[in-house]
Amino acid sequence: MSRLRDMLSAGEFVVTGEVAPPKGADVTAMRAAVELLAPHCHALNVTDNQGASLHLASLAASRIVLDMGIEPIFQQTCRDRNRLALQSDLLAAWSLGLENVLVVTGDDPRAGDHPNAKGVFDLDSTQLAEIARGMNEGHDMMDRPLAGATDFFIGAAMFPEAEPWDVQLARAEQKIEAGVRFFQTQAIFDMTRLKRAVEALRPHGAKVIAGVLVLKSPRVIDFINERLAGLMVPDAIADRIRSADDPAEEAIVLATEQVREIRTIADGVHIMPLGLDAAVGRILGNSS
Amino acid sequence: MIITRPRDWERIEDNLASIGARSVFIMGCGQCATVAHTGGETEVAEVAARLEALGLEVTGWTVGEVTCHLGGTKLESRKHGGDIEAADAVLVLACGAGVQTVADSVTKPVFPGLESLFLGNVIRNGIFEERCLMCGECVLDKTAGICPVTTCPKGLLNGPCGGMWEGMCEVLTDRECTHVRIRRRLTEQHRAGKGTLAPKDFSKTLKPGGVNIRGHGDSR
Ligand code: SF4
Ligand code: SF4
Repeated sequence: MSRLRDMLSAGEFVVTGEVAPPKGADVTAMRAAVELLAPHCHALNVTDNQGASLHLASLAASRIVLDMGIEPIFQQTCRDRNRLALQSDLLAAWSLGLENVLVVTGDDPRAGDHPNAKGVFDLDSTQLAEIARGMNEGHDMMDRPLAGATDFFIGAAMFPEAEPWDVQLARAEQKIEAGVRFFQTQAIFDMTRLKRAVEALRPHGAKVIAGVLVLKSPRVIDFINERLAGLMVPDAIADRIRSADDPAEEAIVLATEQVREIRTIADGVHIMPLGLDAAVGRILGNSS
Repeated sequence: MIITRPRDWERIEDNLASIGARSVFIMGCGQCATVAHTGGETEVAEVAARLEALGLEVTGWTVGEVTCHLGGTKLESRKHGGDIEAADAVLVLACGAGVQTVADSVTKPVFPGLESLFLGNVIRNGIFEERCLMCGECVLDKTAGICPVTTCPKGLLNGPCGGMWEGMCEVLTDRECTHVRIRRRLTEQHRAGKGTLAPKDFSKTLKPGGVNIRGHGDSR
């Protein structure tokens, strides 16, 4: 039984983190990251060819995380696999004990390290969520029975700060209808917009885990503004980090303030330390 | 119409050199390639001059009415039978369908002179945009006449994806996100719903397509 689901339905505030599988077969660094994050998190997302770039499969990496004693959130993107592969990976995930799945569309291949790849996008994330829900009910997407159903806790991404809001809201509601029970949001900078999202989605029974980025340096801010689709660091926050004597320290203070506020608004926080993994304990500890 | 662009000239030279061609017959197309300014009379004359500058002989040329029409192209080929016979190769300034039609109509080696790009809308003279991928299962009824299959770079039926920002597309950042446009138009027409579009049926686009309306209108 997914602990993430249990905690969220019990109304407990959850903390999730994120680990990226390596580009290569050596998982030492990933294990080290898990060890740093695990004591502070209830579950860890395991990304799937993040940034449209080649990495060890989320499926295997998720199992490694599980074996290390912390619950993974297996991420599945629609970019790299067709409907047969996605469904068979979902079954594989369940058989490996992975109970949380986060379905995402995935960045365009042209953004990654294999820009000549065919973006599959046979399904979109909503359709994939619907299929995962069908598997929970014991059938595949063709409505044929499965020998053994799954019981996934299905999550999706949400973008409270990306306008137009009516489009975002409609999209989130559509995902809920498809079977999504929790959302992990893009990094939040504007708490009023987070509040707006939580208030709109909670009545539908969906939980919202708000994203926090640790903006450890001006370079990271530039990278986000220039390279990360669907995300912009507001000027006031960017200036605060840029003008700080010790940007990393200021980023930790900022993240702490954000987490403190999120505790009063959302159902959980998803912390993205961008390399400052060692500071996660401090951020969480000082925010409660 | 079918949008084409000129094939890289080096490839054309390589193709002709690969069979040691000394003489060439050129065939254009009076339909799409003429409108696209890639295979009309002007472009055929330009290519002829270029080939001659290379020291090749151009035995003749023609711009068929509809080069992808088998009957018409066979007729056109017969009309120019002597010139084609005198050439080592035929260079076709038409889309891939036209090139194949010519290849089925003559016995000489046939080479493509254009690259075929997409089924395009003519926005203005010389400005073309892809709006339909001919998926065989049109969803325009549900998407307010805006095709997500084609105009969303990811081809998502349900969107927007997470990369949309301030209404703009993640991939083509100077364009509005298709799904934002769809929702706006649906809302304006009071028909925006929550429903999810079902996954596409790719068996509808099994290649090669074929239709015989003389039979029962069946397609495969
Ligand atoms: S859905 Fe799009 S690609 Fe398919 S037939 Fe309609 S316009 Fe063409
Ligand atoms: S931003 Fe919109 S149009 Fe662009 S890829 Fe995403 S969903 Fe498609």
